Amino acid sequence: MSQLEIQPDSHGTDHGHDHDHPDHLGHHWENSKQQFEAGKLGMWLFLATEVLLFGGLFVAYSVWRGNHPEIFQYGSQFLDTFWGALNTGVLLVSSMTMAMAVTFAARGNRKGIVICLVLTLMGAAGFMVIKYIEYSHKFHEGFLPGFSFYEEPSASHLWLPLEQEHDQDVAHSTLETEAHNTAFAHETTARDEMPLPPPTAEPSVVPAAGTGPEGLTTNELALETAEFAVFLPPSVIGNLENQGPELDFAEHHEPGEEPHLPHPLQDPDRPPNAQKFFTIYFLMTGLHGIHVIIGGFVILWLLLLTLRGRFSRGYYTPVDLGGLYWHIVDVIWIFLFPLFYLI
Amino acid sequence: MTTLDTGQMQKPDLAPRDNYLTHTRGAWSWLFTLDHKRIGIMYLVCVLSAFFVAGIFALLVRTQLLTPEGTIMGQDDYNQAFTLHGAIMVFLVIIPSIPAALGNFVLPIMLGAKDVAFPRLNLFSFWLWVSGALFFVLALVSGGLDTGWTFYTPYSTDPNSAMGGMIPAVTGAFVLGFSSIFTGMNFIVTIHRLRPPGMTWFRMPLFLWGIYATAILQVMATPVLGITLALLAVERAFGIGIFNPELGGDPVLYQHFFWFYSHPAVYIMILPGMAIISDLIAVHSHRHIFGYKFIAYSSIAIALFSFLVWGHHMFTSGQSPLVNVIFSAITFSVAIPSAIKVFNWLATMYKGSISWNTPMLYAMGFIFIFTIGGLTGLHLGTLATDIHLHDTYFVVAHFHYVMMGSALIAMIGGLHHWWPKITGKMYNENWGRFAFALVFIGFNVTFFTQFMLGSQGMPRRYATYPADAGFQIYHVISSIGSYILAVGFFVTAGYLLQSMFGGRRAPANPWGGRSLEWQCSSPPPHDNFSETPTVGDCYDFSVLEWNEDEQGYVWRSDIPHPGEEEPGGH
Repeated sequence: MSQLEIQPDSHGTDHGHDHDHPDHLGHHWENSKQQFEAGKLGMWLFLATEVLLFGGLFVAYSVWRGNHPEIFQYGSQFLDTFWGALNTGVLLVSSMTMAMAVTFAARGNRKGIVICLVLTLMGAAGFMVIKYIEYSHKFHEGFLPGFSFYEEPSASHLWLPLEQEHDQDVAHSTLETEAHNTAFAHETTARDEMPLPPPTAEPSVVPAAGTGPEGLTTNELALETAEFAVFLPPSVIGNLENQGPELDFAEHHEPGEEPHLPHPLQDPDRPPNAQKFFTIYFLMTGLHGIHVIIGGFVILWLLLLTLRGRFSRGYYTPVDLGGLYWHIVDVIWIFLFPLFYLI
Repeated sequence: MTTLDTGQMQKPDLAPRDNYLTHTRGAWSWLFTLDHKRIGIMYLVCVLSAFFVAGIFALLVRTQLLTPEGTIMGQDDYNQAFTLHGAIMVFLVIIPSIPAALGNFVLPIMLGAKDVAFPRLNLFSFWLWVSGALFFVLALVSGGLDTGWTFYTPYSTDPNSAMGGMIPAVTGAFVLGFSSIFTGMNFIVTIHRLRPPGMTWFRMPLFLWGIYATAILQVMATPVLGITLALLAVERAFGIGIFNPELGGDPVLYQHFFWFYSHPAVYIMILPGMAIISDLIAVHSHRHIFGYKFIAYSSIAIALFSFLVWGHHMFTSGQSPLVNVIFSAITFSVAIPSAIKVFNWLATMYKGSISWNTPMLYAMGFIFIFTIGGLTGLHLGTLATDIHLHDTYFVVAHFHYVMMGSALIAMIGGLHHWWPKITGKMYNENWGRFAFALVFIGFNVTFFTQFMLGSQGMPRRYATYPADAGFQIYHVISSIGSYILAVGFFVTAGYLLQSMFGGRRAPANPWGGRSLEWQCSSPPPHDNFSETPTVGDCYDFSVLEWNEDEQGYVWRSDIPHPGEEEPGGH
């Protein structure tokens, strides 16, 4: 399809696709301007729903932070401001290139659009790569909340026969499968003979002999609960004193990594429910990451349309609307970055 | 060309012509149509099917409660029955019923437009509805659902209580939410950008004002439900402590999130009902609507207030007394715009020449039922009485008076009102009146007794009740009422379906309406209007007169049509 110049006053009074009714114009529109404005209004409404979608999470963040500031103070130590800042920079630059793409589109400069969209796409990809580095580091450390973090009743429901739900051993075995950063997970797994969730990761940290596991296996239940159920309500955490010598995780990290904080699982000073920080962190950045991926596909689609010559000075609505979407994704990150990394 | 655009075209045009039903043929042309009218019809069929299913669950619940020990179900089955009744009725039936089904059909025609602003989004929204419904079916077959339609934590997160259908059901509600959001976006943009020349905001039919207010709610409230349900699903799937107190979560936060959507959702259900009634009352009373601007503004006021009252669902959840008092006060203020509407409807009927058509009967039934439903809401908004009435059948009766007796009755009234336009056939008026009597009597017998049950302390959601508490007589009367109601709906379905095959051909304007949908033929042509029509005061009925040949209303021969002096587009 060749580029079409739009007559600003073209009237679609007859509903057919006659000469003054260009292909991109829906049959129910009078002219391109009306269609463009409607598209823009629709996009802004959609962005409002996006803000509200994230709004729920921001409210949850505020409520939790207001009630338990210590959790957030504690948890944010584990985030690396360098990667966060780098990602902020990447997104800001990609937002700029997106805005430039829209400007080029308005001028009808197809080459400019293509270059800027490719740059924006690279920004999106770069953001996700950095996010991957950050996430995989945290997965590796076992910070992912959920089944892999603490005893969780619905876990036993999902994996085990119903009648065994209240069986202490059952809950117990569920705990252990998730404790992949300790050595004795395998022993107890074998002992319990329960159907278990598929193994997620092999133990990443093997404690030195004599520092704990041996003592714990003799003392079984109470101690293991203390070891693994550290994120259970405070009543349970009272058992922490019984814990064996603290594991020195620093020794087991890759060389060159940043100063080592005690791993939350082994930190007696960790505030109760510390996992809530990681919960809200993964939820908010995860949902944002999904939006970045969607944005990436939108940009890719725009790129393909541009290469096919669909846009012209008279019609570049999709570029404009895609740009708006990309900007909102950027703006949301602008809020996430200080909320998690800085304050 | 439309029938009534010029004085010369008063003769009924009975020759078969191209209309939206015959424009193209084949299932494909329906399933992937971009025509708002066909999408509206598909919504209508689907919504009414879901209404049938949820109605069956309602009858099961009522039958169970005939005797104190229960008649047909165990506790668990009963929990599932009322949960599915509630969830299907709310998410699949009432919320999409008026905006998505009737609104889709009528709204663009009322605007003299050829379609909604984003026809593809409209179709997508319909298919989202279908996928949402499929998720509910999946929930049924994958273990059911017994949390109540609110998915309250900890029921929904507790593995001993929540069943296998939780995640599919929550996903379904999430998907349906987006269907609702896209419909709302579409309508807002359509009303903003596709109004015809001459139709200023205050010349719009009040139906459009109501749908506009609803659409704002759909767009602004539903995303919060989306994220809430997403969190619930994540919590249940991965065991992350968000709402479950055992994992450090906060169940009351769930209630806040849920009602932040679901209170506005109550107005998503009732505002379109009010919108329909405003037009029905005026058209069938043949009298200019009284207090147009007040009705229009009160729709917007209700929409705004609705965001500020969610806490009145949580008076007993332990929130602070100050918050309770504030929510209670704002809740009372919702009564003001609601009452403004009721008084304006009554004033419109005053000295009108009322036609006792079925739509008008439903409209008057609406006013009666909605007044009771609204006023009993004040009992529940009052802090002291709410402690007594909380979670009793009084609440059940109250919200059925509003959601079923008002919103659904309005939907059925609107269905009758626009039935000639949709199908091109007239239904049998006498059967219509008879069915209305059954529905009206059945409804009140069913639910008025529940006010008494509730005030005497019968809690909701119980499968059994003590035999010596004096509850049984009310339960039996209520169940009998529900059977009458069911018969009424079956009769309605019967004569409406019959009319499609044996009904008299409908004139363009059977009721004497002046909004634009009555200016195009019944059923409308594929493109609604070949040229954008000119708009006058859509509540000035003095320019219409009854035409015996046409069996409908036509433009008075002694008054020039506004479009005549300057026929647009030529």
